[in-house]
Amino acid sequence: MTETPLFHYTLRLADTALILGHRLSEWVGHSPVIEEDLAFGNMGLDLIGQARALYTYAGAIEAKGRDEDALAYLRDAGDYRNLLLVEQPNGDFAATMVRQLLYAAFAHPYFEALSGSKDETLAAIAAKAAKEMAYHVRHAAEWTIRLGDGTDESHARAQDALDELWPYTGEMFEADQVERALIDTGIAVDPAPLRALWSKSIEDVLAEATLTRPRDGHMQSGGRSGRHSEHLGHILSELQFLQRAYPGATW
Amino acid sequence: MSDKNWPLWEVFIRTRNGLAHRHVGSVHAVDATMALHAARDTYTRRGEGLSVWVVPSNAITASDPADKDMMFEPTASKIYRHPTFYDIPDDVGHM
Repeated sequence: MTETPLFHYTLRLADTALILGHRLSEWVGHSPVIEEDLAFGNMGLDLIGQARALYTYAGAIEAKGRDEDALAYLRDAGDYRNLLLVEQPNGDFAATMVRQLLYAAFAHPYFEALSGSKDETLAAIAAKAAKEMAYHVRHAAEWTIRLGDGTDESHARAQDALDELWPYTGEMFEADQVERALIDTGIAVDPAPLRALWSKSIEDVLAEATLTRPRDGHMQSGGRSGRHSEHLGHILSELQFLQRAYPGATW
Repeated sequence: MSDKNWPLWEVFIRTRNGLAHRHVGSVHAVDATMALHAARDTYTRRGEGLSVWVVPSNAITASDPADKDMMFEPTASKIYRHPTFYDIPDDVGHM
């Protein structure tokens, strides 16, 4: 029962949400202004909320007694299935905002489509997530425009972030065997047709931001099958520390 | 982060239909759009809002605290302006 496609699919969505949520939480207390500190906290909590609902559902599908905490805190990097994009370091403010734009502009239409899933639980989680991601798109887009069309330095930093992160965007539109079967039965969303929509929304923002869209060259891939960059291990060492050091700790 | 402060905006939130927008605080933001985001992120985290207004703080003309006596003291003696001199029939109940 543990290897069902639905379990894997749900876990992938959960892992991506958790890791990006954790990345945003790293800004809390370090943002340039308190307003953005709260914005990162809010967006991070949106994502962690999505992760919790998805982990709980994954645990129920697996039916081996693993709850959201067991799935989040007691799996190693190789078992994580998140997109490589979301585990990339925060870098500077521009890098975090550009990463948020690249992901949210994909996640928003993706969850909108998933809200029509034949799986009622996934559909309900997706309907809530779509609204949250709509705000992430708006916020990250407005910032990207102001950074790109801002000072020479903010423009350069935003363009650097875009060039650096672009090779991680291709993975969002991949679907492997695990997902293919679920797509055919109307449970999962086929990400490939969303690419044109995503490109258009990104290009609209970049045009206003006076930023240049990088060319689609070699794309990084592997997160969905557990092949991660070195960064994920560092994230997990912090994220999982408490449960590893004090198993079963509650408060 | 530059040393210059971003402009200040006053935030007004309407919590329910039928109520007026109420001043809840202020945020710093580079322009009106970002001020609206900042207001949403700062003041509506617990489901407080249905509608948010932001107004440049420097667009507000305020009374001078030094004028307090002239502005507000004269009303203190005009208690007949309070609607407390009517007998309300019991049938009306709580008003």
